[in-house]
Amino acid sequence: MAYEYAITICDGTGCIQKGVRNLRQALDDELAKHQLTDKVKINLSGCLGMCDKGPVIVVNPGYTIYGNLVKDDITEIVTEHLIKGNPIARLAIQEDFMYNRFFRVFGDAKFFGKQMRIALRNCGIIDPDSIDDYLALRGYEALAKVLTDMTPADVVEEVKKSGLRGRGGAGFPTGLKWDFTAKQQANEKFVICNADEGDPGAFMDRSAIEGDPHTVLEGMIIGGYAIGAKKGMIYIRAEYPLAIKRLEKAIKQARANGLLGNNILETDFNFDIEIRLGAGAFVCGEETALIRSIEGRRGMPRPRPPYPSVSGLFGKPTLINNVETWANIPVVIMDGAEWFKTIGTEKSKGTKVFALAGKVVNTGLIEVPMGTTLRQIVYDIGGGIPNGKQFKAVQTGGPSGGCLPADYLDTPVDYESLAKAGSIMGSGGMIVIDEDSCMVDIAKFFLEFTQNESCGKCTPCREGTRRMFEILTRITEGKGKAGDIENLQRLGNMIIKSSLCGLGQSAPNPVLSTIKNFREEYEEHIHNKKCRAGVCANLISYTITDKCIGCGACKRVCPTNAITGSAKNKHTINQDKCVKCGMCFETCKFDAITKL
Amino acid sequence: MDDKISIKINGKKYKVAGDQTIMHAADACGYHIPRLCYHPELSIEGACRVCIVQVEGVKNYVASCCYPVADGMKIHTNTAEIRRARRDIVELLLDNHPEDCHTCERDGNCELQRLAYAMGIRHRHFEGVKKHYEKDLSSPSVIRDPNKCILCGRCVRICSEIQGINALGQAFRGFETIVMPAYNKPFAESVCSTCGQCINVCPTAAFTEKNYTQELFEKLNDTDIIKIAQVAPSVRAAIGEAFELPPGRNMQGELAASLRKLGFNYVFDTQFSADLTIMEEASEFLERLQSGGKLPMITSCSSAWMKCMEQFHPDLIENVSTCKSPMSMGGAMIKTYFADKIGIDPKKILSVAVMCCTAKKYEAARPELQVNGMAATDIVITTREAAWMIKSAGLDFVNMKPEEFDAPLALSSGAGTIFGVTGGVMEAAIRTAYELFTGETLLDIEIESIRGFEGLKEGKLTMDGKEIRVAVAHGLGNAHKVLDTVRKEPDRYHFIEIMGCPGGCIGGGGQPYAGSNSVPLDKKALAARAQALYTSDRQKTIRRSHENPEIQRLYREFLGRPLSEKAHELLHTHYAPKKPVGITTKNKKAVIGK
Repeated sequence: MAYEYAITICDGTGCIQKGVRNLRQALDDELAKHQLTDKVKINLSGCLGMCDKGPVIVVNPGYTIYGNLVKDDITEIVTEHLIKGNPIARLAIQEDFMYNRFFRVFGDAKFFGKQMRIALRNCGIIDPDSIDDYLALRGYEALAKVLTDMTPADVVEEVKKSGLRGRGGAGFPTGLKWDFTAKQQANEKFVICNADEGDPGAFMDRSAIEGDPHTVLEGMIIGGYAIGAKKGMIYIRAEYPLAIKRLEKAIKQARANGLLGNNILETDFNFDIEIRLGAGAFVCGEETALIRSIEGRRGMPRPRPPYPSVSGLFGKPTLINNVETWANIPVVIMDGAEWFKTIGTEKSKGTKVFALAGKVVNTGLIEVPMGTTLRQIVYDIGGGIPNGKQFKAVQTGGPSGGCLPADYLDTPVDYESLAKAGSIMGSGGMIVIDEDSCMVDIAKFFLEFTQNESCGKCTPCREGTRRMFEILTRITEGKGKAGDIENLQRLGNMIIKSSLCGLGQSAPNPVLSTIKNFREEYEEHIHNKKCRAGVCANLISYTITDKCIGCGACKRVCPTNAITGSAKNKHTINQDKCVKCGMCFETCKFDAITKL
Repeated sequence: MDDKISIKINGKKYKVAGDQTIMHAADACGYHIPRLCYHPELSIEGACRVCIVQVEGVKNYVASCCYPVADGMKIHTNTAEIRRARRDIVELLLDNHPEDCHTCERDGNCELQRLAYAMGIRHRHFEGVKKHYEKDLSSPSVIRDPNKCILCGRCVRICSEIQGINALGQAFRGFETIVMPAYNKPFAESVCSTCGQCINVCPTAAFTEKNYTQELFEKLNDTDIIKIAQVAPSVRAAIGEAFELPPGRNMQGELAASLRKLGFNYVFDTQFSADLTIMEEASEFLERLQSGGKLPMITSCSSAWMKCMEQFHPDLIENVSTCKSPMSMGGAMIKTYFADKIGIDPKKILSVAVMCCTAKKYEAARPELQVNGMAATDIVITTREAAWMIKSAGLDFVNMKPEEFDAPLALSSGAGTIFGVTGGVMEAAIRTAYELFTGETLLDIEIESIRGFEGLKEGKLTMDGKEIRVAVAHGLGNAHKVLDTVRKEPDRYHFIEIMGCPGGCIGGGGQPYAGSNSVPLDKKALAARAQALYTSDRQKTIRRSHENPEIQRLYREFLGRPLSEKAHELLHTHYAPKKPVGITTKNKKAVIGK
């Protein structure tokens, strides 16, 4: 049986939402109609990362990527491309160069040009439900190598040498963590995969698992071998049903193939993995809170030391790494630390996955070598700011990250540089902000999230973030007063330095960084009662200019009867009655209403 | 010592032990770092962040309660920066606190108040909204006021780690976080044992006892009724602390005099009824031992233990002695024997118990403890409430001329006295049981193996060649442990004493709050209270319950003999399994905890 074409359909959550499964049905129907069913192989893949262009399919050979598809496009693709052999330029996502060490399969998309995929190397390529697909692309080869050629100490040494650092946010050297845990003497040890991805707008871990669950399993099995654990747990939020389903299936397949369970690959190494579901508390991404949650207790962080490597799950030495870190492990082993070290910067090796979102042309999942600049990400990969707007800031590191203005666009993405610039790597959220956004409002937005998600245990985070949120709310409502900025800084700095866990220690970052980089916006809000972006409703006023011809359209739509004026004469807005709904502004055909 | 390390605190060099936290090292060097959630008997929470210090080379402040010292560490406890951070943290607690100090139960004895003063908070920066919750008044013993809670977690920890009850837990997130019983049901419907240890450790007034002082003041003015008080052993050993006396001063005479001055017609001693309890309990034990009854027998004096047992250990109900507690026996005798004696309608008697205990308030309301349709005990007040009443009435307690208790429920043996300390009931019971069983007097009556504050104590003695093995547990967490042993090895013990509170009644949930220079449930204070009772025992000529002539007279004139029909009617009770909110019988382990 010879297939002529292979079509990869992106079956990630984004594309599913955009109706890719209906397209699949249409494609099946269309292929059947033309008796092509046995000539075209259909693969399902995890997230390709081009979520804003979904639904996405890839036609091979030829690496043609089709995006933004609707049902009728399928008919055209089948008749024009598959039957006549003419790729459809109109639907293809075409860019110039492709740089990927592993697989030149994505075709010519600029989106991928600056990227380099290690953790996501198989995402979008293999069928995540098929262990054969994973095995075909050197899956479990690293595990085989470890079990046959390497001692546990060799494995730890290799990871140490690679310079890999924790991808969950803090950037702790992974090898050291492995070393500490390996050196503990205990009758039982555990390996945990932290898949409790809670940053709003972040979907790195979800996509990595949905696209390639076996990589995570392989990394964990290797970790178990290296530190002497027999049991692994994946803590994943219950809100990720597809990822959970794929993990469950992958675990079953791995067990059936002798890759999990007793005597793995016919050696005397035993290891198995269980899934634990989180109930969606953001703080459970913090390792000690996560461990408590697995233990069946309220997910609240505890002071460290002792670190989990000494006393973790059920008091046993525990190796806990994030999804992306685990996904890097098979590559580190397979291609060696020496190679891995060549990627990235001096202190940050390898690549980092980001969820690129906000006011940028290409949103989606990207993986770039450490050291790539923010400018390259925003402009080369992200395609710049849409609608001709001005770039204002980029916020990295999720809700606890800082907002960096244009001056920092040439900051290379690595742990130290981002920290120096006043932000954090975090787990990989990246939100681009344009001139239409108010920085005070942005800071308030993130702080509202973190103060809601505070576990309530330690005073600075529980009480302090609430007070900061109250001050910010006041400022955006036009009730800010002298001293508010100083109090925000005083509280923010104290909270960062006094809080028990990483949540509190980073929650004030958006506020402090926006005060540092956009202080004038705060001052305008407080002293001039103005919001330059026109976001804070209480600080906007609408006025009617001399351009008014007295048509009365604004008067008719005003819900509070705030506009008065006789026909053909200039109208006026009674500011006391105006509720700033903006209806008049939208309605005026003569550009006679200003918003300030 | 070889394991000493060098550290610097505020620029000065010290040699300290290396296996401790910064807080303990600083304590040893004379620097008392301010603290709030920390408690020496509980696990480290690290929640309040008041104890933060600066360590050179560490970016953030570190919580000294949980951070270990290391050789060469340079610690700063008192820089302008750290003082400001600590001050701001305490201010944040005040910002979300009712600050109704003048009308608060803990005014003048509140750790938050003291801290705010010490931190120098004289004006405020960050005030905003405050939380608002309804008080939970449902429990007969403990009032829960979440508005005053500062979420230090001490109550949650003592309830789970020391008491093993797990009645409390944090719920919700962030600013909305609150400590509550399961499903936020009323406290009275929860697994709470009413022991009141949450009150003892609470730094503010988030937990207080249900207060009966106003009601009692009113009744004391009622000339139509006879007001009778009885006083538990451990109250006299602790009440002096409420008047700034050092722990361990026995204030028995001052207490009797003060209660009379408050308006009580008679002041009796619960130690008398403790002797009575021993007569019944020792006899019950011997009966079980000789007639093949259910063993081990477990004591039943502690009301928190009673509730705990009915909830968590209903399978062992038959092992528990049917004897009422000394308070309820005393109440029963007041409303029968004594009422007869003075020719008064028992309905006209107000029976008040002054107890070290909040659970006694719960016990007094148990319907099965009624006598002839009347409550045996009408009102229970704690040591704290008694001290407040004495202060409020303007009595000079410390300089009060001591007086005796009133006959005939006054005279007590040393055995009745030591009821207030863990191991005391067992010791008292052995003193009597030995003689009842062997016909010989036990001479070596101070049984060291069951004294002291070890959580679980074991002892044995030989009676007529028969080895009797006993165990003593105090704190409900230890009770769970000893009962697990009983389930595994039913023959290991013959007799077990269980007290609900750490240290026994001297550590009860109604004892005076810790003063400004001590901590709640301070081990030294508990030891001093215990010593006060042991000293009193040693000073008595009668040290065995059955030798108490008033007890002998009571049996002669009224009860007949121990375990008689009349004794059963008035001095014994029964229990029934209870299933409050939060109990799942399927998996008992999950409820009981460790």
